[in-house]
Amino acid sequence: MRLVVDLTRCQAYAQCVFLAPRMFELHGEEALLYRQEVPEDQLERVRQAAAACPVQAILVGEAVSAGAR
Amino acid sequence: MPGDLREGRIVIVGASLAGLRAAEKLREEGFTGSLTVVGDEPHPPYDRPPLSKQVLLGMSAAGTTGLPMRRDPDADWRLGVRATGLDPVGRQVLLADGESLPYDRLLVATGTRARPWPQREQAALDGVFTLRTRDDAGRLAERLAAGPRRVLVIGAGFTGSEIASACRERGIEVTVAERGTAPLVGALGGTLAKLAAGLQRAHGVDLRCGVTVTALRGDKAGRFTGANLSDGSHIDADVCVIALGAVRNVEWLADSGLAAGPHGVACDAGCRAFDMYGIVTDDIFVAGDVSRFPHPLFDYQMLSLEHWGNAVAQAEVAAHNMVSPGPPRRPHLAVPVFWSSQFGVNIKSVGVPTYSDQVVIAQGSLSERRLVAVYGYRGRITAAVTVNMAKWLEYYQELIETAAPFPPTPGAADGHPLVTEFALPSDVPDPQGLSHGPTVALTGHLPDRRLAVVRPAG
Amino acid sequence: MAVDTLLERITDYANRPDPYPLYAELREAGVARQTDGSYLVGGYYDIVSLFHNPRLSSDRRNRAGTYSGLPAEEEESHPFIRLDDPEHHRLRSLATRPFGPPHSPGRIDAMRDEITRITDELIESLQGRTRIDIVDDFAYPLPVTVICRLLGVPREDEPTFREWSNAIIDSVDIRPGEDLTKRQQAGHQARAQMGRYLVDLAEQRRGHPGDDMLSAFVNDPGPAGGLTREELAATAVLLLVAGHETTVNLITNGVLTLLRHPDQLERLRREPDLLPGAVEELLRYEPPVHLLDRTPLTHIDVAGTTIPKGVPVVLALASGSRDPKRFRDPDRFDPARRDNQHLGFGSGVHICYGAPLARIEAQIALGALLPHLTTATLLEDPPPYRQSAVLRGPRHLPIELAPSP
Repeated sequence: MRLVVDLTRCQAYAQCVFLAPRMFELHGEEALLYRQEVPEDQLERVRQAAAACPVQAILVGEAVSAGAR
Repeated sequence: MPGDLREGRIVIVGASLAGLRAAEKLREEGFTGSLTVVGDEPHPPYDRPPLSKQVLLGMSAAGTTGLPMRRDPDADWRLGVRATGLDPVGRQVLLADGESLPYDRLLVATGTRARPWPQREQAALDGVFTLRTRDDAGRLAERLAAGPRRVLVIGAGFTGSEIASACRERGIEVTVAERGTAPLVGALGGTLAKLAAGLQRAHGVDLRCGVTVTALRGDKAGRFTGANLSDGSHIDADVCVIALGAVRNVEWLADSGLAAGPHGVACDAGCRAFDMYGIVTDDIFVAGDVSRFPHPLFDYQMLSLEHWGNAVAQAEVAAHNMVSPGPPRRPHLAVPVFWSSQFGVNIKSVGVPTYSDQVVIAQGSLSERRLVAVYGYRGRITAAVTVNMAKWLEYYQELIETAAPFPPTPGAADGHPLVTEFALPSDVPDPQGLSHGPTVALTGHLPDRRLAVVRPAG
Repeated sequence: MAVDTLLERITDYANRPDPYPLYAELREAGVARQTDGSYLVGGYYDIVSLFHNPRLSSDRRNRAGTYSGLPAEEEESHPFIRLDDPEHHRLRSLATRPFGPPHSPGRIDAMRDEITRITDELIESLQGRTRIDIVDDFAYPLPVTVICRLLGVPREDEPTFREWSNAIIDSVDIRPGEDLTKRQQAGHQARAQMGRYLVDLAEQRRGHPGDDMLSAFVNDPGPAGGLTREELAATAVLLLVAGHETTVNLITNGVLTLLRHPDQLERLRREPDLLPGAVEELLRYEPPVHLLDRTPLTHIDVAGTTIPKGVPVVLALASGSRDPKRFRDPDRFDPARRDNQHLGFGSGVHICYGAPLARIEAQIALGALLPHLTTATLLEDPPPYRQSAVLRGPRHLPIELAPSP
């Protein structure tokens, strides 16, 4: 699974960092960086983060598969 | 055009963010016909903003930034093949492998590429990079991980500044060379550019402004060793990143008769492409960085944006309009928003800061490096930029959308009365004098009829 | 009835079980001026816009006069929720240092196992009982135990701080037409006592810190300099009170709502992946916090009405989260709802500090209760409510459990 954060919407409430600190990081007070690839053991936390995002900016889903043609 | 717009053949040229979101939206809107997405890179759609941040920091591998789908668009992905031409009469897209793809409706979403270093031999030196694609980022990240002595970044726009930030965070010495007076000046104007310069220096960047790089030097083995600057100084470095902004991918449309030029492909507010005579087409749509579209908040001037959020919003409007006849079509009116994270701060912008004559610091202060700067043009608010104060941004977006008077009413709890009431010149320079291109540009009212497509020599 | 009595009717205890029709009336009225001169706002978009307006103050000292029924400003204690930036930002950042990112990003996530253990122990203690009170037996003890662990407050002191907490909650309630003086005095005294108690606890750990937030406040002040004694008292009181008085409502409202919607309860039991979304839906549908008050620093236009400088405005969050202009079918409880940008925790710079902890507690608590609820019966519906209209939730929630097989 992959995740992407719509940082256009993000207002740095950091709920995702609290709920899935291995996937999301704040650099300074507001700059949000995250890992795109969601390992199996982080999926539940990432889903919680997506549900909790106050501006609903987190999308979790499958990537287009590399063999697509 | 076929009677039912939810059937037929749709081709999307461009397999990045706009292309993917358009494909998903087409299905969501009930399109049941055949859908083909053409991409010149061999990779499925991936997210680019992390390339200059997480990937360079070593947080994420370049190959892991694939974009999640909202739904499977059930498309035929033609990846690793470039579109080379368009026949709008015969309704075909020509591909580099000789094939041609017939379409009933076409979406042009070919985006941009990195502006290359103009001297070809110098650009070919080992250790000289641009940063636009996942492969670029992977190679650069590898080089940074190897611990170079110094990295030279040419151009202090958002990308160049983020690269410099990543280098410093990794403890790598970095020199930034910018022809303008300060980093980000082309996007944010002089006042915030001073803050950006302060940030860079506070983080140990060797920042050289008001200079151009006159030559990149290499050794006998063809390895980059340093650069000469216009002030007569020399920089010794083993990695060089060219961050001179973007070039629109429009060359493939040179003979198409579309209004395609250096600022992109002109389209109307409903994302329909204009032809070279300024006549709007029915079956060709444009979205994302390659588009140039009129915006009512900016006197209907044609906007060229390189913004993530615009790619998504415009792709969705284009897709909706591709399957909707007449009145149900929607205009693309989203106010431009972008962000940049660098040197531990989050910079967000709404509106068009360069469309301004004055600026005030409405909240916070430059010294705290937490602020809201509000930009005005002829007495109305046209943009706002926050530094580590993103939670306030949507208030100012509302003011922009309602053409509220500039300067904004003072009285914010965290405003400084002596500052918020005094507007300064916004000090937006002519982009001609900068190394970095602005990521948003107002490009006049006319669709480009001169077809001034820049063709690389040779 | 006249809209200028809406605040009186919303806060009338008789309407505690179901204030939602009054909220619908409020949204219909737009911005409603109340008999005491204050304003009431209940539309989603108006509330969101006000939350992001830098000219709307959280500091009650900016009020132009006194308003009967609205809590007045404490003279000595100014927790960050009652301050504006830049002071609010400075104090909230200091309070966040041992609690969350950027300094302590993993702190709350690391409590999951412990919260699960506390929950399991509470569930264990219910074994063999057929009648329980969800509030006293579960939804109150859980967050109290958790916040005690997190702050470093001895759990056995609960009877003492419960008294203080009740007085504080009572003092911030909105009761138009009622004389505030007595509640205010009791609240003031309780704050002072609780503040002294918590500062003493923190001081005992100066030089030999434990793994708790009070220890961190005195031993790891950070580069910006730490909290003063007064700031520490105000902050710690806020965290202890807010840390359990709201979560108890979230969990109890959750149980009540699920028992009222057996189909959704069954669905959640089958699809536990829906739980995080279900908690968000509870925060929208039956939120723990219903009302907040603010004060404009200049004249502010809201939906065609000008609210004058200094005149308090009450934001009915629970009304905004049921606004049909924003939410499809807003009066329906739908744990799988998409696009659920509710106002349960507020929005903007004052967004609920403890939101992540409340979410984790509610998810774990409801997840653990689910198997027991499918055969449970509500014994009183509506249940008896607590007095507060601001922090709304049942005082008791008696249910009958099927005897263990």
